[in-house]
Parts: sequence; C-alpha cells; structure tokens
Amino acid sequence: MATESRPNPADSQTVSRPPSALEHLWDRCFQALTHVAAWAILVLLAYILWKIGAKAAPAIGSYRLGFLTDSIWDAQAGRFGLLPEIWGTLYSSLLALIIAGFFGLTVAIFLTQDFLPPRLAMVFRTVIEMLAAIPSVVFGLWGIFVVIPEIRPLAEWLHLHAGWMPIFGTSFNGPGMLPATIVLAIMVLPTITAISQDALQAIPYRTKEAAYGLGATRWEAILKVLLPTAAGGIFSALVLGFGRALGETMALAMLIGNSNQISLSLFSPGDTLASLLASHFPEAGPVEVGALMYAALVLLFITLMVNVLGNALLALTQRRISGVS
Amino acid sequence: MISLRKSAFTLCLCAATSLAGTAAAEDMHLVGSGASFPFPLYSAWLKDFSKQNPGVTVDYQAKGSGAGIQDFVNHTVDFAASDAAMKDEEMAKVAEGTLLLPMTAGEIVLAYNLPGKPKDLKLTRAAYTGIFAGTITKWNDPAITAANPGAALPDLPITVVTRSDASGTTFVFTQHLVTLSEAIRKTVGMGTTVQWPKTPQFVAAPKNDGVTATIKQTPGAIGYIEYGYAKLTKADTASLENKSGKFVTPSEASGIAALASADPKSDDLRVWIPDPEGADSYPIASFTWMLFYKKQAPEKAAVLRKLVEYGLTEGQKGADAMGYIPLPANIAAKVRAAAAQIQ
Repeated sequence: MATESRPNPADSQTVSRPPSALEHLWDRCFQALTHVAAWAILVLLAYILWKIGAKAAPAIGSYRLGFLTDSIWDAQAGRFGLLPEIWGTLYSSLLALIIAGFFGLTVAIFLTQDFLPPRLAMVFRTVIEMLAAIPSVVFGLWGIFVVIPEIRPLAEWLHLHAGWMPIFGTSFNGPGMLPATIVLAIMVLPTITAISQDALQAIPYRTKEAAYGLGATRWEAILKVLLPTAAGGIFSALVLGFGRALGETMALAMLIGNSNQISLSLFSPGDTLASLLASHFPEAGPVEVGALMYAALVLLFITLMVNVLGNALLALTQRRISGVS
Repeated sequence: MISLRKSAFTLCLCAATSLAGTAAAEDMHLVGSGASFPFPLYSAWLKDFSKQNPGVTVDYQAKGSGAGIQDFVNHTVDFAASDAAMKDEEMAKVAEGTLLLPMTAGEIVLAYNLPGKPKDLKLTRAAYTGIFAGTITKWNDPAITAANPGAALPDLPITVVTRSDASGTTFVFTQHLVTLSEAIRKTVGMGTTVQWPKTPQFVAAPKNDGVTATIKQTPGAIGYIEYGYAKLTKADTASLENKSGKFVTPSEASGIAALASADPKSDDLRVWIPDPEGADSYPIASFTWMLFYKKQAPEKAAVLRKLVEYGLTEGQKGADAMGYIPLPANIAAKVRAAAAQIQ
C-alpha cells in the first residue's frame, strides 16, 4: 500500500528493492501465524464440543430427545428434562432483548445524531460502556436489593388489576422472570448500544446530507434513511446481545427463582440453562454430570442457531433494505 | 555504611536460608475438601492449628459435601468433610478403610420476613410441614394463627425460599420433614436436592446467603438456613414444636439438648437425629463429619490425630460464637477413641 501511494517514481527507484530473504521469511512467518491463529479458534471450538459431547454421550444415549421435552430434574430418581430451562432461557433473553433493543437503539441515535456536544456524548458513551465492566454477581445483588423492592408495588398493582392477563397471572414473590429480565436487559445494553453506534457512525455523511437536501426533517432523515441504512449493523448488535443474554449465568441464578416450571407470567419464578448448570454442577454425581453436559450442549446449540439464523437474516435484510449484497 | 548494609543483607540471607532449611526438613502440607457449612469453623481451626504446629500447613476447600466425598474416594485429598456423612457403597470404594468422625454440629432454622415483625413466631409441626408441602399458602391460615394468638398475622401469601444448589442443609432439613410427614416423603422426598412443589410460591436461591438475602427482600417469605447464618444476619427465626409438643427457639442450649439425645450404640459414628427426643431439644439438628483414611504414612497419621484432638478440645470452644453447636461429652469421648484408628 505504502509504496503504491508514493508520489514520485524517481524516489521509489532509489528506495525500492526486491525484498530480502529475511523479509520473505518474516512475511511467511506472519502469514503462517495468522493461519494458525484463525484455525486454532476452530480447533478449540471443535475440541470443546468433542469433550462436552463425550461426557454427555451416556446421557444422550439414555435420555435421547425426551430430554428436551421432559420437565423434571430429579437427580435422586435419575430423571432429567430440560423443557422449563429451554423455555426460561429463550423467554428471559427475548424479553431482555426487547427492552435492551429499544433503549440501546434510542441511546445510539441520541449519541450519534448530533443531539449532544461531542464531548458530552463521549462521557455518555464511556458511562454506558462501563456497565459492561460490572461483574455479574454485583448485578445479581443489585437485583435482589434494589430492583426487586423497587418494582414490587407496581408488580402487585398489576397483578391485582390486570391479573387476567397471562403475563401478570401470578402474584409477585420476589425472584422471578421480571427482575431477571430487567437486570439482563441492563447487562446486554452496552453491547447493543456500542455496536448500533458503530453502525450509525459508519453511514457516510453524504447520505445524511442527501436526505436533508431532499427536504427531510431530522426525524424523517433518522427514521427513514439512517436507520434502514444501518439496519445490518443494528441487527447484528441485537443478535450479539441476544447471544450474550442466553449465556448469562450468575445474575440470573440469583434472580430468576430457579424453579423448573413453565409460565407466561412475568412474576413467576423460572430457570435458565446457564443458571441450572451453575447451581447443579458443584455437587453433581456422575449421572447428573452427564445430564448437565447434555444441557450444556443444548445451550451451545441454541447459541449457535441464534448466530447462524441471525447472520442469515442479516444477509437477507441487507439485500432488501440497503441494496448492498 | 556500605559494609553495614552488606552485612545486614547477608544476615538476612542467612536467616532466610536457615528458615527455608528447617521448613523443608519437616514441612508437611495436608489438603482437605468438602462441606461448605462447617467451612468458617474449620478454616479458623486450621489457621490456628497450623500456627501451633510450625512446619505443618493444612488447607481446606469448601467445595460441597458431594465433591468432598468424590475427592476422598479418588484419593486427591488427605481428608474430607461431609454434612451427609457417607453411604456404605461409597465407603466400600476406599480400600484403606474410612473413618467418619463427627466434629461439630449445626441447627437449621426457619427464617421469615413478615410485615410488622411479629416476634417469636410459633410453628406447629403441622404448620411447617404444611408450608413446605405447599398446602398452607397464607400466613393467616388457621394452622399458623392457632399457635400464635397474640400476633396479627397478615393475609399474605407465603413465599417459600429453598436452595437451588445441592446442599447438605437441604438433606438434613428434608430428613427431618419426611420423618414427620408421609405426604412430604412421597412428593418432595429427601436428599441434597429434592422436588419442591412446583407453584409460583416456591422460589430457590443459591447458597445460604442467597436464601437469606431473598428472605430479607421478600415480605411473606420463609426459608430454611443454617443457624449460624441467621445469627450473623439477625434474621427472625421461628420457634418450632418439638417431639414433646413444646415450642423451642433455636439456640446453643436447645441444640446441645437435641444432640444429647444422639446415642451411638455401635462404633459407627454416623448418627442421625431426624427428630430428637427431649422437652428442650430443638427439632432440626445434625452433626457434620470429617472423613479420614484408616491407613496412611505414619507422619501424616500423627498430624491428623493431632488435628482431631485439637478440634475436640480447643476447637469446640469457638464453635458457639460462630453459630455451631459444640459436641456433647459422650460423642466427643467416642470420637477421641475412634481417632486412634487413624494410622
């Protein structure tokens, strides 16, 4: 690159020379290094899958697919089923994604579309990114001691007056889907905000100018031009956020109530795959370890599916909305 | 000046090497793992024990009873600890022979959170088994109010907080419940993890501190925790009806009374007191055990015997302050006699 942009060909004649053997070697080494690094990740993933798969094999053999539809986890009787955990994982992550997606996107627009002086926007950005540095267990404690007492009056009121709706159908006891979801949303917010911001900032300034030039108001420009243009990046922000929510462990283990039941109610306790793994691993016997490994495999598979589907959808939307293939 | 500094340096160096020399000569490092319930007590013991015996360091990791037994069977530790003792088939896996010694004991209390903080809530056997079976769901249920005539109990749903992780605490608590109630034996069962009723009123939290925090944040909650944690967090605890029909508050005295009813007839020190006798006995109490191999290197055996002796004498003194119940004299004597088998 550097040699190409040299302005004076006469200069390059004096400076340029065929690369020495050492430079060749160095190039080769670097190339090999990048290859090794890239492949190592694939090998690592395969190794993890293989190891977990090997430990899960006895459980897969004895429980088969019934494992996914059974809803009992009884280590004493040796009966294991994952349906409530799969439901809880997807339900809590989806709810968290809706909340965090809405707030994350609005914050990203607010910070990138010249609503604030650049310095102040920088401060906001740093503060939001700091959320990502708070340990999970701190979020969990904060959920128990702050979120649950704060939302209790509202939750009780909702159950009393809107209890006929399935999502408010049970009384609010404390740990349950709602506090877990709220905390989860805050935890994935930095991911969604940061990547949406990048996507919005990557839009060429000319696009915005063109929109204004056609007489669009600020809101029209944002909603009808900028958001569709950045849709691909925003979508991948949501997919990444969802992936992060699926695997979140400690805060959820503390807040979700760890009860293996399936309920639409936001106030009902539930369980997630990651929280099940965290609470049962330390004292599991050999049979239960197999079942837990199977559960880990299911979680891995769900995360993988979300990413693959996300990428596929991303490719589709990009083609449709921005015309970029 | 320089020479002074230099000589000081050499002096230090000499001291350091000589110290290292002596340490290497009789340095012994023992490792144990297991139950988390007695961990605060054991770690205080081991710190003090290591201080009293220079050259000996003993470490203990609180991994949980199940993991401790696992480590013990796999010979990755020098001793282990368990709240659920050890099953016969697990003991059979250890070729050298296993010695189970009760080293301390604990009570399990029912901590609650009620608006207006009614002091000294009394729960009959029918009341607390009903609550944990999921059949009593309101605080103003006649089964509860009948025993508490003075207290204004609210029309509030009962939120039952249980342990989400496998735990010796759950084992001891359910062992007590199933001796009282056939219904609980059939539906909930007994063990380190059990099948609590699946209603929205039952929530689970990790570890003793998770359960305690959840109870404290939830008006109308009740849950089972170790006496030590309740004492530490000043949680309200219920008086429970014991076998003689008397309401007893959890305390050191009522715990000792409960343990005194344990009378191991044989050499097997795996004594359970699922429902202790005696008018002053608190109904839910249990020993917790240390696991030793019967045969090992003689130097190791000597240190382990010393450790047991330390636990039985000085170790028991600090137990109550930390929320544990000291061993009654008859049990301590049996343990001392049995410890001679560590060879």
